[in-house]
Amino acid sequence: MTAILETRDLCMSFGALAVTQNVNLALEPGARHALIGPNGAGKTTLVNQLTGVLRPSSGAVLLDGEDITRLAADRRVQRGLARTFQINSLFPHLTPLEAVTAAIHERERATTGVVMRCLRGVSRNRVQLDEGQALLATLGLERDADTPTHELAYGRQRVLEIALALAAKPRVLLLDEPAAGIPEGESDELFAVLDTLPADIAILLIEHDMGLVFRFATRITVLVGGAELVTGTPRDIAADPRVREVYLGQGVH
Amino acid sequence: MSLLKRSDHPLARRERWKLGEIVFWVAIAAVYFVFPKSLVLASQILIAGLFALSLDLILGYAGIVTLGHAAYFGVGAYAAGLLAKHGWTEPVSGLFIAALASALVGWLSSFLVLRGGDLARLMTTLGIAALLYELANRASPITGGVDGLQGVEIAKVLGVFGFDLYGRTAFGYTLVVVFALFVVARAWVNSPYGLSLRAIRENPVRARAVGVPLHRRLVTVYIVSAAFAGVAGALLTQTTQFVALDVLSFQRSANLLIMLIIGGTATLYGGFVGAAIFMLVQNQLASINPTYWLFYLGLLLIVITLFLRRGVVGGLLIARERWFLKRAAR
Amino acid sequence: MGPRPSPGRQRTFRGHDVTTTLGVLFDGIAYGMLLFLISVGLSVTMGLMRFINLAHGVFAMTGGYMTATLASRYGLDLFVALPIAFVSGAGLSLVLEATLYRHFYRRGPLDQVLLTVGIIFVATAIAIYVFGSQQQPIRIPEVLGGRLDVAGVELSRYRLFLVVVGIVITLALVFGLERTRFGARIRAAVDQQTVAAAMGIRVDRVFQVTFAIGGGLAAVGGALGVEVLGLDPNFAARYLVYFLLVVVVGGPGSIVGTLIAALLLGVADVSGKYYVPGIGAFVIYLAMIVLLFLFPHGLFAKRRAR
Repeated sequence: MTAILETRDLCMSFGALAVTQNVNLALEPGARHALIGPNGAGKTTLVNQLTGVLRPSSGAVLLDGEDITRLAADRRVQRGLARTFQINSLFPHLTPLEAVTAAIHERERATTGVVMRCLRGVSRNRVQLDEGQALLATLGLERDADTPTHELAYGRQRVLEIALALAAKPRVLLLDEPAAGIPEGESDELFAVLDTLPADIAILLIEHDMGLVFRFATRITVLVGGAELVTGTPRDIAADPRVREVYLGQGVH
Repeated sequence: MSLLKRSDHPLARRERWKLGEIVFWVAIAAVYFVFPKSLVLASQILIAGLFALSLDLILGYAGIVTLGHAAYFGVGAYAAGLLAKHGWTEPVSGLFIAALASALVGWLSSFLVLRGGDLARLMTTLGIAALLYELANRASPITGGVDGLQGVEIAKVLGVFGFDLYGRTAFGYTLVVVFALFVVARAWVNSPYGLSLRAIRENPVRARAVGVPLHRRLVTVYIVSAAFAGVAGALLTQTTQFVALDVLSFQRSANLLIMLIIGGTATLYGGFVGAAIFMLVQNQLASINPTYWLFYLGLLLIVITLFLRRGVVGGLLIARERWFLKRAAR
Repeated sequence: MGPRPSPGRQRTFRGHDVTTTLGVLFDGIAYGMLLFLISVGLSVTMGLMRFINLAHGVFAMTGGYMTATLASRYGLDLFVALPIAFVSGAGLSLVLEATLYRHFYRRGPLDQVLLTVGIIFVATAIAIYVFGSQQQPIRIPEVLGGRLDVAGVELSRYRLFLVVVGIVITLALVFGLERTRFGARIRAAVDQQTVAAAMGIRVDRVFQVTFAIGGGLAAVGGALGVEVLGLDPNFAARYLVYFLLVVVVGGPGSIVGTLIAALLLGVADVSGKYYVPGIGAFVIYLAMIVLLFLFPHGLFAKRRAR
């Protein structure tokens, strides 16, 4: 199967510091791929290069065969690549409904008429608004739909992070530590949300919560110092002594 | 869906014309009958309000801080003046052309203004306005320089209403134009496009991450804002039949900012309320003692920035929210 | 606006007016030094505290009016008045910082602009009320009057004095930043404010003292500038663009950058007015816009990590 998202020898350096070294990642449609590694391994930097926030020093990013390495961030979203942020990056004074509706409107803007988009009120653009409400409902946010984001509880904001990414109807979804800030053991609700994600979306999950990772992923890549250490099934990774060494600092004797 | 069928959903509520808004515009129209001797001042207030609205679009809704918005006001003013002076005296088409001229200058300056951080932006906007001021000053054969552009004659509006000494036609003309543009601005701000602007202001990084073409949107807002400012300038020229050099001055940009802050940003009406307060007080105080006016204006600015940051309209809106909440709690 | 020209004697070399060119160049450098003196404080506070203080010219005005009043009322010599001017500028800075500015460090640029524009208005009104709206006369000490012959070119002694003062202050500031403990604290606070605070550096004290020094220098610049730039209540508003320009183009936080930008601006402005009188300040604004387009963060921007 051809990959829907792949990188070819992706490299990135800040001066003399190499933060991404020859990463070759490949995600198939419907993938449930996790990216793990110690802190500072360059996981978020990699996501930033995939989404266009950072420009790699060399190498390529391909989306469905198309080279998007030089493509602007917002255009990648239009092509179906969406992400969430490790630290909540939301619109504080917008309500969840407004936020997801805005995202939906962006997705649809090529087909919506100028007058509808620029002169008719948001409440009169029923199609997008209804879709926004439905999306919030599938993620359990319908009660908070009209509460300004900054008044929501942290856990709900985390779910809204995912909702905003889903509003773009992506083909590829990059989740950057969705369980960040949620105590280990309380991630069941989050896992339930991850479970309901459409099966045809390719998902790259970056996480430290190993319980979540091993329940969710069918393939895992371990990133250390910006370079790929090993890629394999969860069982392979769990058994790999090099991975244990990286995490626990124990040599193999 | 259930929530939306009820017409008091917050989104629908915000978009509907409120009673207060209708009262506001009717009251303004009524000035024609109630204060027939002050129509010239009333026109000036409306023009200043439109100018402040143009600033609100980029400042309140897109978050761009500028100290040089008079540049576009001035371009519109001179465009309308030069058109009329050289034979094109029809007012409405003059307005359109002036709007196009300032939109063009707005587009060109957007390449410079939308680069760099807040500080560079501040300087660039200051610089562009100062540049145009110098240009107008030096090009006195064309613009009249410090003495201003004279010989501006405007034909009758729609061929029927001639501009009279009491400012009656001027007021009616100004009111219609300003109201029309206000309606457009209001619709725009409440549309999905306006929503994306709010998203940009709240969190530009996330806005990009949901697919908003940041730069393109900001350029568009800037151009529209420049066009509105240009229409305001053109209205001033057409109703006073004169263009003074100070349409491009720093003082005008600074006063504009003050007016908007007094009234409150991102409320659409803040500009008009602030313009009214500013110009009415200025009318009284500045003629008595300009130094006192300057002093109290400065003091007002300091006090507002410290304590009344949301401005008059903003403060009223907050008070109304609290009142609604109290009522709901009972 | 702009400096009053200093007279020079004509002298040709191979048909060209070398003397005049050198004289204009020198005038520009002197003018630039003055701008540097006034603006360096603004640059450091903007780089250090990210605070947009449009009212910086008010400190210069304070120095100017203090000096002019001391001269006319008490007959005090310029040399004696300069330290007093420094103290008055520093004092005013401390007062403003303590009462108003410190509440605005976390507020956005718009709020800072509004506050400081308000301060300009208030200061201008006070100046009109107390001193009247005419230009302030100043008497320069005899030792600084007249011209000095340097390699065949007659240069104004006063402007020579300005250049010397400028160089001395630059060296003192650079030395102070690089070699003293307090300078190290300033550099630490500029680079990484939170880390500096975590290391025990009293960042708020650093702010206050830096602000005071900047304000004091501006006052000295204002005092010295009465002869060259003139002094009237509109000084702060009129020269606002120039001070900001120097800081933004040079790069906030960079002393060398401010110096170079100030010298460039000084030379450009004086040359422009001398060789192409019709252009006026047009060239300056154009140059600024072009420079900002090419270097949106200034020529010598300090890259700050937050």
